[in-house]
Amino acid sequence: MEKFTKLTGVAAPMPLVNIDTDMIIPKQFLKTIKRSGLGANLFDEMRFNLDGTEIADFVLNKPAYRRAEIIVAGENFGCGSSREHAPWALLDFGIRAVIATSFADIFYNNCFKNGILPIVMPEDVVNALMEDAQRGANARITVDLEEQTVTASDGQTYPFEVDAFKRHCMMNGLDDIGLTMEKAASIDSYEAKASTLRPWV
Amino acid sequence: MKARTLYDKIWDDHVVQQADDGTCLLYIDRHLVHEVTSPQAFEGLRMTGRKVRAPEKTIAVPDHNVPTTLDRANGGMNEESRIQVDALDTNAKDFGIHYYPVSDVRQGIVHIVGPEQGWTLPGMTVVCGDSHTATHGAFGSLAHGIGTSEVEHVLATQTLIQRKGKNMKVEITGSLLPGVTAKDITMTVIGETGTAGGTGYVIEYCGQAIRELSMEGRMTVCNMAIEGGARAGLIAPDEKTFAYCMGRPHAPKGAAWEAALTYWKTLFTDEGAHFDKVITIKGEDIAPVVTWGTSPEDVLPITGTVPAASDFTGGKVDAVQRSLDYMGLTPGMKLTDIKIDTVFIGSCTNGRIEDLRAAAAVLKGKKINDGMRAMVVPGSGLVRAQAEEEGLAQIFLDAGFEWRLAGCSMCLAMNPDQLQPGERCAATSNRNFEGRQGRGGRTHLLSPAMAAAAAITGHLTDIREMMAEAV
Repeated sequence: MEKFTKLTGVAAPMPLVNIDTDMIIPKQFLKTIKRSGLGANLFDEMRFNLDGTEIADFVLNKPAYRRAEIIVAGENFGCGSSREHAPWALLDFGIRAVIATSFADIFYNNCFKNGILPIVMPEDVVNALMEDAQRGANARITVDLEEQTVTASDGQTYPFEVDAFKRHCMMNGLDDIGLTMEKAASIDSYEAKASTLRPWV
Repeated sequence: MKARTLYDKIWDDHVVQQADDGTCLLYIDRHLVHEVTSPQAFEGLRMTGRKVRAPEKTIAVPDHNVPTTLDRANGGMNEESRIQVDALDTNAKDFGIHYYPVSDVRQGIVHIVGPEQGWTLPGMTVVCGDSHTATHGAFGSLAHGIGTSEVEHVLATQTLIQRKGKNMKVEITGSLLPGVTAKDITMTVIGETGTAGGTGYVIEYCGQAIRELSMEGRMTVCNMAIEGGARAGLIAPDEKTFAYCMGRPHAPKGAAWEAALTYWKTLFTDEGAHFDKVITIKGEDIAPVVTWGTSPEDVLPITGTVPAASDFTGGKVDAVQRSLDYMGLTPGMKLTDIKIDTVFIGSCTNGRIEDLRAAAAVLKGKKINDGMRAMVVPGSGLVRAQAEEEGLAQIFLDAGFEWRLAGCSMCLAMNPDQLQPGERCAATSNRNFEGRQGRGGRTHLLSPAMAAAAAITGHLTDIREMMAEAV
């Protein structure tokens, strides 16, 4: 996994609640057996007409946001299916952080496995950052995972909370499967105990 | 000992290790796998030279992509879908996991196959790379969806790194009125909590109306916990649960059964256990419901009218306007005036035998409306066989429905079963998102009986009126 420490970039405003994983990456693009290449179809049905031409007023098609690295969105971002294709598509497009008042659980977890930082902020902060994002490419937002802060283009800094273990893995680009495998002895002893207590499992 | 909830008990019994910050390594008893969210996980194992730690606890079945037309044995799958299904075939063989291929009569939607084959049992932890894994909670097992990275983590270690969620109790008191089903319960709860109301929680559904549901109905209720934002929904096991499990191919037998039963009977929430959130709904207050918008929280009783954006506040105002535009609906319109051109009965929410019985009871001796496209997609090959044996298949065919093979089908439209732009579908599935059933397609979620009623009349219909006419 790619490390994440600090990022300064353009933030795309998406002031919509309940942006679901079907919007982020529609099902016809889940037929891949790879993780890469999904960025071309990120937000496909909002971004492209049926004939493949761009829908001009969709935020990521506007010149200022074509290289956005951050999304600022409404509550419950990433609700719906467990498809990890959603963070894969965001990452492949170049999005490394999403800021919203809340996220769906599974999507939130999936982001951390892929070096995308989902940041929960209170509504007034999201509104301020949304306004900042709406200023376009000149308004660059900084996300600092080490300091746990987001800094708007006017220099205003907002702190955020993040799980310490997830932060550690993300800052160091750690493979958590490797970390768990180091605990094999504990898993062995759990299995031994469980097979006595619940042998039918 | 401190009073514990059902969730607390199952959690405690599966903690392998707990770190000082509360992060736990949780043991997984059953890992269900399908073709769409697993290829990258198996590829990850190959790249790192890792094995599947517990292949005997890992069960795979293709469901999302597979065509459900009768000719599927002769192809009919597009190239990309075929590659994914072939990859699952190969991965199941290479890693030695249990497998039900497309050609097997036991093949079906992973959340229907698991319980049917006795893989899902009370008190277990069950995961799958699919958000509707919540279904298995109906057995009093802790079951939730995971992403592909976590699929790989479970394959390699049989554990997940987790933090414990909060406890929510949803109590449905009293009994349901005629025409009201498990689907109406679960959709009404989502209407009440909103799609984010359950975020961070595990829901325990309880109360007389839940007790009175069959196992099929309980699976329908838990299935949609995720639409309320909760990763998992649970129902304490009881005699109905045990009766359902007994004799299933992978359920314990003999002395092992007795031992399991003794343990399963300890799986209930202790008197006085703490819930962080409690919601109580009277069973008698629940009506047959439908969705009108593009979020599962956009739920109203069938007697209602389409709302206006101005009826809402905050971020929902824009979302509702967007929904109404997408759905082609005008505020104030009666829900029963909404015309339907497609009916889909199936999915992990409502693709079980009881659902087909409920729909067939409405359709018996009737014909679907002129020009209606209607299909029934049984949840598994065994559900299909049973429905044929009970004469349900013939009722559907006589009414003008297509009678399909098992799969996820039009619930997410990854196979050729899709809506065309502007088509409007009454669906027994679980999501009404924009484009979910096909780009530009419009979805109204409802119960199997309500879907059958809409197929006959050509518009959303109050099943209770149809029942009254029948008397």
